Amino acid sequence: MSISPGPYLVVAAALFTIGAVGLLVRRNVLVMFMCVELMLNAANLSFVTFARKLNDIGGQSAVFFVMVVAAAEVVIGLGIIVAIFRRQSGATADDLHMLKG
Amino acid sequence: MSPVLAATKPDLLVFIAASAAVLSGAIGVVVARHPVHSALMLIQTLFGVAVLFVAQGADFLAAVQIIVYAGAIVVLFLFVIMLIGVDKEENVAAEPLRLQRPLALALGALSLLEIVLLSRTEWVTGASSLGGAANGAGDNVVKLGRSVFTQYLYAFEITSILLIIAVVGAVFLARRPPRSRSSEQLEEQR
Repeated sequence: MSISPGPYLVVAAALFTIGAVGLLVRRNVLVMFMCVELMLNAANLSFVTFARKLNDIGGQSAVFFVMVVAAAEVVIGLGIIVAIFRRQSGATADDLHMLKG
Repeated sequence: MSPVLAATKPDLLVFIAASAAVLSGAIGVVVARHPVHSALMLIQTLFGVAVLFVAQGADFLAAVQIIVYAGAIVVLFLFVIMLIGVDKEENVAAEPLRLQRPLALALGALSLLEIVLLSRTEWVTGASSLGGAANGAGDNVVKLGRSVFTQYLYAFEITSILLIIAVVGAVFLARRPPRSRSSEQLEEQR
């Protein structure tokens, strides 16, 4: 018998928390993006854990779709970042206040 | 903690090693000064998550995790870091918003505490699936493919539209805005 779902979900919760704290704390836009990826991975890990525990392949299908959406999101987000940094050369989110109205 | 210790020794070792890799990599992403180091620590985390996937029988997803995340997404991150030239160290100590960091840490600790408290009684509730069995005999890829191409077929088709939109949007965003001839030549010379 392999390990029960509890420890996996603890790891997923810790990973999500680290990602959320990193998103709040860091100011570099790229690192903030990586923290979003951490949170997505935490959600994926808990999806797979629930799929195993509830014996339902649907959880793994959900992870599949999350990965597709994450890939699309990264492409668009990095495109926006490149477009912004072509106009100005600031490395932090604090420099991006041109939308302030 | 008895169910953890009831597991066989290799399972326990794999779980502990992979979890340590995941969590240390995640902390490294957050605390690294250099964005490139953050990206490399992200690779460590993604590999650890892939190992945890394998340990739970999600073989196909582990392979996709390595190929798509570590192979494509992190390379894209590194590419953008090199392209826009933010490969300089950030002053991590600077804190433009006062109290932002303590508040963020407190909120994180609070949410973690909430999750653990909420799940003290039972981690997983709900009925087991009747239709698609994830465990047991049979190939993981076959089961996942059957699920994606029958039950979630519409979602699958919609993801194809999403990917096309993403590609078109990325090309549009990354396109150089039309400028005068001389400035373009200057860009090329640079």
